[in-house]
Amino acid sequence: MSDTVSTALADVVAVACAEAWRGDGEIFASGMGTMPMLGARLARATFEPDLMVSDGEAFFVAGDLPIGSTQKTVEGWIPFRQVFDTLWGGRRHVMMGASQIDRFGNTNIANIGPWAKPKAQLLGVRGGPGNTVNNATSFFVPKHQSSVFVPEVDMVSGVGYDRAAKLGGFIAARHDLRRVITNLAVLDFGGPGHAMRLVSVHPGVSADDVIANTGFELQVPSSVPVSRGPTDEEMAAIERIDPRGLRHRELPS
Amino acid sequence: MANAPKNKILTEDQAVATIESGMTVGIGGWGSRRKPMSLVRALLRTDVRDLTVVSYGGPDVGLLCAAGKVRRLVYGFVSLDSIALEPHFRAARQSGSIPEPVEYDEGMLQWALYAGSLRLPFLPTRAGLGSGVMDVNSSLKTVRSPYADGEELLAVPAIRLDAAFVHLNRSDARGNAQFLGPDLYFDDLFLAACEPGRRFVSTEKIVPTEQLLTEGTFHTLKINRSMVDGVIEAPNGAHFTTCEPDYGRDEAFQKAYVDAARDADSWKAFSDRFLAGSEAEYQKQVASWRAEVAAAKEAKS
Repeated sequence: MSDTVSTALADVVAVACAEAWRGDGEIFASGMGTMPMLGARLARATFEPDLMVSDGEAFFVAGDLPIGSTQKTVEGWIPFRQVFDTLWGGRRHVMMGASQIDRFGNTNIANIGPWAKPKAQLLGVRGGPGNTVNNATSFFVPKHQSSVFVPEVDMVSGVGYDRAAKLGGFIAARHDLRRVITNLAVLDFGGPGHAMRLVSVHPGVSADDVIANTGFELQVPSSVPVSRGPTDEEMAAIERIDPRGLRHRELPS
Repeated sequence: MANAPKNKILTEDQAVATIESGMTVGIGGWGSRRKPMSLVRALLRTDVRDLTVVSYGGPDVGLLCAAGKVRRLVYGFVSLDSIALEPHFRAARQSGSIPEPVEYDEGMLQWALYAGSLRLPFLPTRAGLGSGVMDVNSSLKTVRSPYADGEELLAVPAIRLDAAFVHLNRSDARGNAQFLGPDLYFDDLFLAACEPGRRFVSTEKIVPTEQLLTEGTFHTLKINRSMVDGVIEAPNGAHFTTCEPDYGRDEAFQKAYVDAARDADSWKAFSDRFLAGSEAEYQKQVASWRAEVAAAKEAKS
């Protein structure tokens, strides 16, 4: 084990992201952005060797491809059409961003303010609706704050547990929001009625810090563990996958 | 000449001259990737308006919004990829200047085009159910499976296009077109969902039919001539978006495009320089802009 006190925040978060894919086996681990991509590749390089990861463009890649590198070993082709086929078939676990997220995991990357005339137009719903009712979905939020963790999102681009329950049937039975990883903590939906629950806090962060930066009532267990740092094997893999330290730019310690 | 095949070769301006106000136009590519930009630029030079635009949106959507040509926009996102947010699309949405935005999940958009291409009224899916897409598109309906499962699914209505624009790496003169890059995106569906008559392929290079397999395998021939009415030779026609492997995205120019969108004056200067003239003039101005940027860099170092 690395010394927890001196472990960089970005390395703790990389491990937390990787942990989201533990147990997934031979499916497409799709990470949107630097940290989720690092997490997926780290999981495969260590405890989840059968995961499939992509170059973020159109290819499945083998080996520990460094982020941003073009020296890739292609092991398959995954153009957008096949991404849709794969995720509609449930053979994918995606980790995406969220500009807003509520207590039951409804997320928003589309717009801030009313949809008809937004205060800030963002990306649009993208693949969020299809992702969240078809395959496992986790979220990465680089800045945990009350303006992101809101009582109600302005546009539901990703379907949360309350809305999935209302749909019932196939979707409710398989709806699978896994984890939310932030710069402060790891959360899941293990609270009552699949409400968001605090799983662990990163070194130096208290449960109260997380509560203070969350705009809704968070399920907090009586004892909250500290997020683990990387093992020596994991640290070596992180250095291989992100030799330029892009993760520290995203999450400075 | 009675037995001669159709002559499909034309210019961008001839292609867009067939577009009328109020039509539904589908634009291929994805975000800021292999967009038929020379056709979009030609469309900007016409007085066509009130278009319904269907796109995996990038600068094509941004430019058409900035020119006030869009009445209805069917999209899952609008993004420049390496720059996440498209400035003109944002401005248009935030000022409410797109009268009828239709926001879909990305996969719903594929389904709508696929249904259109198969002449089906709709295709069922789970994508969209329970999401805000259902809240903001009140005309969307669901359908119940007639089988034992009885599941309620979203019936994505078919989209039929009046015109389709796509940009491919190579094509022969008859419209057998080839993608050489990593992804076809949904270009074949845009063409297949379009009424015959205005299905336009712009291409980096028109090649003889017998050379179609010299640069790529037969797997790259996903667009055949029965799907195409017009072929436009447009070298660098996807600029400033990617056209792998012929060229990557012109990131510096894309950044200049975004910077120019900051205020009305800088946008006017940008459009006066780059968008007012012909496609040849555009390419000339881009070349001289690149030389200016390189010279400025040289002077600094």
